[in-house]
Amino acid sequence: MQTKHENRSVEDNSINAEEKAPLAYNVEQLNLWYADNHALQDISMKIPEKSVTAIIGPSGCGKSTFIKTLNRMTEMNPIVKTNGSIKYRENEIFAKNFSVEYLRTKVGMVFQNPNPFPKSIYDNVTYGPKIHGIKDKKTLDEIVERSLKKAAIWDETKDRLKENAFGLSGGQQQRLCIARCLAIEPDIILMDEPTSALDPISTLKIEELVQELKKDYTIVIVTHNMQQAARISDSTAFFLNGVIVEHDQTDKIFSSPEKKETEDYISGRFG
Amino acid sequence: MLLSLHLGNYLLRGCAEMEDRSKLSISERIEQRTKGSGSSSFMEKLMPIVFFICALISVLTTVGIVFTLLFETITFFSNVPFADFFASVEWYPFFSDPQYGIWPLVNGTLMIAGIAMLVAVPFGLGAAIYLSEYASEKVRKTVKPVLEVLAGIPTIVYGFFALTFVTPILRSIIPGMDIYNALSPGIIVGVMIIPMIASLSEDAMSSVPNSIRQGAFALGATRMEVTVKVVMPAALSGIIASFVLGISRAIGETMIVTVAGGASPTMTLDPTGAVQTMTAYIVQATQGDAGFGTPIYYSIYAVGMTLFVFTLAMNLLAHYISRRFREDY
Repeated sequence: MQTKHENRSVEDNSINAEEKAPLAYNVEQLNLWYADNHALQDISMKIPEKSVTAIIGPSGCGKSTFIKTLNRMTEMNPIVKTNGSIKYRENEIFAKNFSVEYLRTKVGMVFQNPNPFPKSIYDNVTYGPKIHGIKDKKTLDEIVERSLKKAAIWDETKDRLKENAFGLSGGQQQRLCIARCLAIEPDIILMDEPTSALDPISTLKIEELVQELKKDYTIVIVTHNMQQAARISDSTAFFLNGVIVEHDQTDKIFSSPEKKETEDYISGRFG
Repeated sequence: MLLSLHLGNYLLRGCAEMEDRSKLSISERIEQRTKGSGSSSFMEKLMPIVFFICALISVLTTVGIVFTLLFETITFFSNVPFADFFASVEWYPFFSDPQYGIWPLVNGTLMIAGIAMLVAVPFGLGAAIYLSEYASEKVRKTVKPVLEVLAGIPTIVYGFFALTFVTPILRSIIPGMDIYNALSPGIIVGVMIIPMIASLSEDAMSSVPNSIRQGAFALGATRMEVTVKVVMPAALSGIIASFVLGISRAIGETMIVTVAGGASPTMTLDPTGAVQTMTAYIVQATQGDAGFGTPIYYSIYAVGMTLFVFTLAMNLLAHYISRRFREDY
């Protein structure tokens, strides 16, 4: 893959960016097991900052597991074992003295199913800032407005901030979850199939939002939907059976993939 | 082998039928059964009636008990003025000049319940938090059944334990403490309801969906922050309901307080002295030689009615809380 990059023509902007822009993540030789099941095998991947990286692949290929490893959420499952290296901005996230809470404040996550807290819209957004010590009412008000605006849900919620978040529709809940994640001003946003539980209109809104957020944040998005990956991402990684088959600029992956498996998958022959 | 199978079938259903069945397809057999099933549809009609009668009996029994309580209580109040019962602070039914002021008994009951909750709430909630949020699956699966077994210990055993084990220890720590006192049974009633609070609160907390926890962890929350600021508020209704049911249980507890609490109805807030609870009074009066129709006999019902009102109020409160504060998740 690296050698391919060097031969690339000048108009390959995103790959140029990948090589020159600072890296948000540098994953090297990552292996992960669920008990005896070797779910991720020798994954190496560079994720440049302020770009959208899509991860595609059939069910069970390890794409969700991979993204959850990036903020160490996989550790919640006691049977998971990992080795290898993931560097988040030069910090080894598996290092003993590296704080997982720090990592997760820098790396926000949006889940497959919207999971707002059973609290008011306002309290959902302020939960993160509050646990990290921001108590001042005026600041919190500003955070709520700014985060909801960035997540493109301010107009729908500004008059009902004190209402329970469960009164929102699925798509609105998901944008609220994005707002909740933006409230602590992360560096990276991981999205684990964020639109798979949503209707097409909500999906479109989330996709537009991703385009907007890309200006300020690094986004890694897992998706089942190949059109979605094609629409919103700068680079795409194709996972199959726990290995990366191909990782390249999105245009390249969808127009002229190097590998047979990639071509079969994106042309809908399996998966 | 084959022969014995055939023989078995023959014995069970008769040879002719077997021949018959082997020719029919499954759908034909099902059709045959559903068409000509007079007996099964009779059972279908009968069973709801049987179950309804079961439900009716339990409701009628409760109604019957409440009415008995009510009528005998009314008789009591035709002998003893209402004002004496609620205004007097002396309860001496066995004196030649009997006093029927309910407050000393209420005082004793609430003091025991208060001490019990001081013990049960922190330990019960702590155990629930540990089991739901910290313990591994293996530990939870071992500890929870043990807790539930603890809830099955007969209360008379707890009462003896309070009198013969806890009281001597307390007396060596607190000089001048009576043998019968409120503190020792209060603590043990608390110990008795720890498993109840732990178990119910644990149920409430573990039914909070994991996705909500993950949402909080992904924001960089520590386990404590997830527990205190997300899981507990979400499970609040269940947790509070467990407290209220615990209080209700403490108020109605009889054997422990009868054995270790004494029989001195006094208006006091001193837990080292002897007290008498409503339940303990009822035990005392039913064991004594209060004749049928005497004011003492009817006083049992009046006290029982008061007790019933207390526990009913608590149960209604628990019901109200668990509906009012239910979080939709």
